[in-house]
Amino acid sequence: MERTSHVDESVIAIEMKEIVKKFGDFVANDHISLTVHKGEVHAILGENGAGKSTLMNVLYGLYRPTSGEIHVRGKKEEITDPSRAIELGIGMVHQHFMLVQPFTVTENIILGMEPTKGIVLDMKTARKKVEELSKRYNMQVDPDAHIEDISVGMQQRVEILKVLYRGADILILDEPTASLTPQEIRELMEIIRNLTADGKSVILITHKLKEIKACSDVCTIIRQGKYIDTVKVDEVTEQDLASMMVGRNVEFVVEKKAMEPGEVVLDVKDIHGKDYRGVEILKGLNLTVRRGEIVGLAGVDGNGQTELVEILTGLRKGESGAVWMNGKNLFNKSPKEIFESGITSIPADRQKHGLILEFSVAENLILQNYKKSPFSRKGVLKKKAIEDHAKVLVEKFDVRPSGSESRAAGTLSGGNQQKVIIAREITNDSDLLIAVNPTRGLDVGAIEFVHKYLVEQRNKNKAVLLVSFELDEIMSLSDRIEVIFDGKISGSVEGSKADENELGLMMAGGVRHD
Amino acid sequence: MTKKKILQGNALYTVIAIVFGFLAGAVVLTVAGISPIATYKKLTDSIFGQPKYMIWSVVYGIPLIFTGLSVAFSFRTGVFNIGAEGQFVVGSLAATVIGITVDLPPILHVPLCLLAAAAAGAIWSAFVGLLKVKRGINEVLSFIMMNWIAFYLSNYVVNLKGIKAEGKEATVDILESAEILLPLSVRQMTGCKSVNYGIILAIIAAIVIWYIINKTTLGYELRSVGFNRHAASYGGINADRAIMKAMAISGAMAGLGGACHIMGNASRIAQFAGQEGYGFQGITVALIAGSNPIGCIFSGIFYGAMKYGGLKLSTIGAPKEVLDIIMGTIVIFIAVSHIFRHLLNRKLKNREE
Repeated sequence: MERTSHVDESVIAIEMKEIVKKFGDFVANDHISLTVHKGEVHAILGENGAGKSTLMNVLYGLYRPTSGEIHVRGKKEEITDPSRAIELGIGMVHQHFMLVQPFTVTENIILGMEPTKGIVLDMKTARKKVEELSKRYNMQVDPDAHIEDISVGMQQRVEILKVLYRGADILILDEPTASLTPQEIRELMEIIRNLTADGKSVILITHKLKEIKACSDVCTIIRQGKYIDTVKVDEVTEQDLASMMVGRNVEFVVEKKAMEPGEVVLDVKDIHGKDYRGVEILKGLNLTVRRGEIVGLAGVDGNGQTELVEILTGLRKGESGAVWMNGKNLFNKSPKEIFESGITSIPADRQKHGLILEFSVAENLILQNYKKSPFSRKGVLKKKAIEDHAKVLVEKFDVRPSGSESRAAGTLSGGNQQKVIIAREITNDSDLLIAVNPTRGLDVGAIEFVHKYLVEQRNKNKAVLLVSFELDEIMSLSDRIEVIFDGKISGSVEGSKADENELGLMMAGGVRHD
Repeated sequence: MTKKKILQGNALYTVIAIVFGFLAGAVVLTVAGISPIATYKKLTDSIFGQPKYMIWSVVYGIPLIFTGLSVAFSFRTGVFNIGAEGQFVVGSLAATVIGITVDLPPILHVPLCLLAAAAAGAIWSAFVGLLKVKRGINEVLSFIMMNWIAFYLSNYVVNLKGIKAEGKEATVDILESAEILLPLSVRQMTGCKSVNYGIILAIIAAIVIWYIINKTTLGYELRSVGFNRHAASYGGINADRAIMKAMAISGAMAGLGGACHIMGNASRIAQFAGQEGYGFQGITVALIAGSNPIGCIFSGIFYGAMKYGGLKLSTIGAPKEVLDIIMGTIVIFIAVSHIFRHLLNRKLKNREE
């Protein structure tokens, strides 16, 4: 991607010097320094739990550093709390949006800084200001729409506008692309460009190498709380960045041995289904998955893949059709019956469907099997067996921090939460594994790990259905790619023969000509 | 390290909340022109002055342990049982009716009364669960309505022929075979006419509830649904059924509380003029106990002692309502205990640095 830099090296916006942040005995940031210039996009790269977010929370005043100094525009500052940070022109967009769902876009943006006429809220001025801002940076939002009705991408634009409305000229974006579709990611890149063109600085917390290459000027790498290096992004390759981040060479390409797919395990016939609004979204979909193959389901979000997976896993009732699994029709059966018939899945929403955040990791790891031996006998849980089981899996799947089996799942980082789910579902070892965006929010090290396990499942002659918005992921793993468009399979390509442009065309509804 | 443990646990903050509750009570008393020192001295004397006072405090605490358990169990399983009041009433009613109309030897009569009370409470509560899962009706609303239905049902039954005592606004006494009082000699020795086996039943109930929550697959199921219905369903747990089960168990506890109150202390139901509040007090008991079933034993007895001690405050001209203020303040301070936690932890940290 062609990009123009707007860096003004003569003006330093932020300088963090030798920042140390300790939590008890744990050193989250160990003498980390960071310099951000005006108009610069500065990426902070690190694995899940490397200390990126901690560093930014220090900058935003959410944490006080144990030692170290922060200079803003050349002046030493004590950032005691977020309101001080906002005064200094520092704004932060968190990974999980903090919006009031039933409020409109405008109401959310002005929240806490409402323009008033006397004691009356001046909505007209507020709305005008929001429109001005969104025009200035070319961020399309509907000022009157309610948050619960707008897409994730637009919600993020609202968050950015909220920060801009408060007068920020240094923006911290924490994992901004984690929940966006590829199209929305492109739009975000455009927004970042507009911001820097206007002289704003952007700090981008991420672990997606592609995005760093595409939109940032400088990249600081952090590994296990330590400062590794700051590099000019133009001068390094993605491979270099990955190695610096993980501390070893990372395999981007998954080794797959050649395999002949076996008999059909899953046979989905003529599925019709409605979405949450009651609109027909699945319009007669057919799909098969055989033993020993990974079938990738590619498609733009909103074409029915979410609903399809919900029907396959029993979370949603379909209108008509059949789901044949090893000769048994599982259409509209309960999640339990489906699980027991050999389908497990890595759900798309790990905090909603995947985990019970208040439960310990050990308790989460027996979610489908708590009634079975050795985890319980005659209705009584067997603590020792549950803990031993968890210990093995935490170790095997490298869930960090190590020994986290007794911690509440909610205290783990997103990547490690995902590892817990993957550990559980892969250990279930069923005939069909449905993986929905299994690497969303994971760093390259963890992605490599997940991919390896998916391939291993296939190599064990199991069937895998991979549903993902990451086209790269689909292309590198799938033996066969099925494209979903408008509630139907619009085309099928052999994995090895897939071409990104062609897939893109099919995902957009173009017809494939053989 | 031990210091850290104390700061992280709940006990310390409960104690702080209790202290603040009494301070708030003192302020109110001072404003009202009553000496808080004299009041608290009287309160202390009324609870600890004689062994029999302490026994009475425990007797007063028994029904509250049960309603506390009922609410605590509901909290742990993700529903808010504000209907323990009604379940307590139907439990009392069931125990009273069976206690009056059925004539059996004690060995059968007592369990039958208890069982009937537990079943009545469970059904009363599970009905609310049914409305919730089938019709999506908020349980808080239906619980409160069920409280009033229980209230008027009880007043209706109290006045039925064969149940009502001649010339009184109450039922006749339950048969002796349905009572859970200790032998007469013990009662005479202790000087408390109502010393009963209820406390043993309450302790057993607390242990059973603790065991169900923490050690059984049923508890796992109910907790998982309470925390995250979606993930539980996804894991194959029938969330609707789990909610019904949780509500039924919670209701059974409140029902048993009503039974123990009748069979161990009251012996009859009087016509209600207003709600007696055992169920609502159970909310306070559960909150003070931090929803820990074992903790409910202690907080239930604490509340029982306050209620018993409060009876005698009028002799020195102090209103017993001051105790409601104290209990309310304690609950508020427990609700905001994370503030103390934060302050104390920060202080400790600053000192370390």
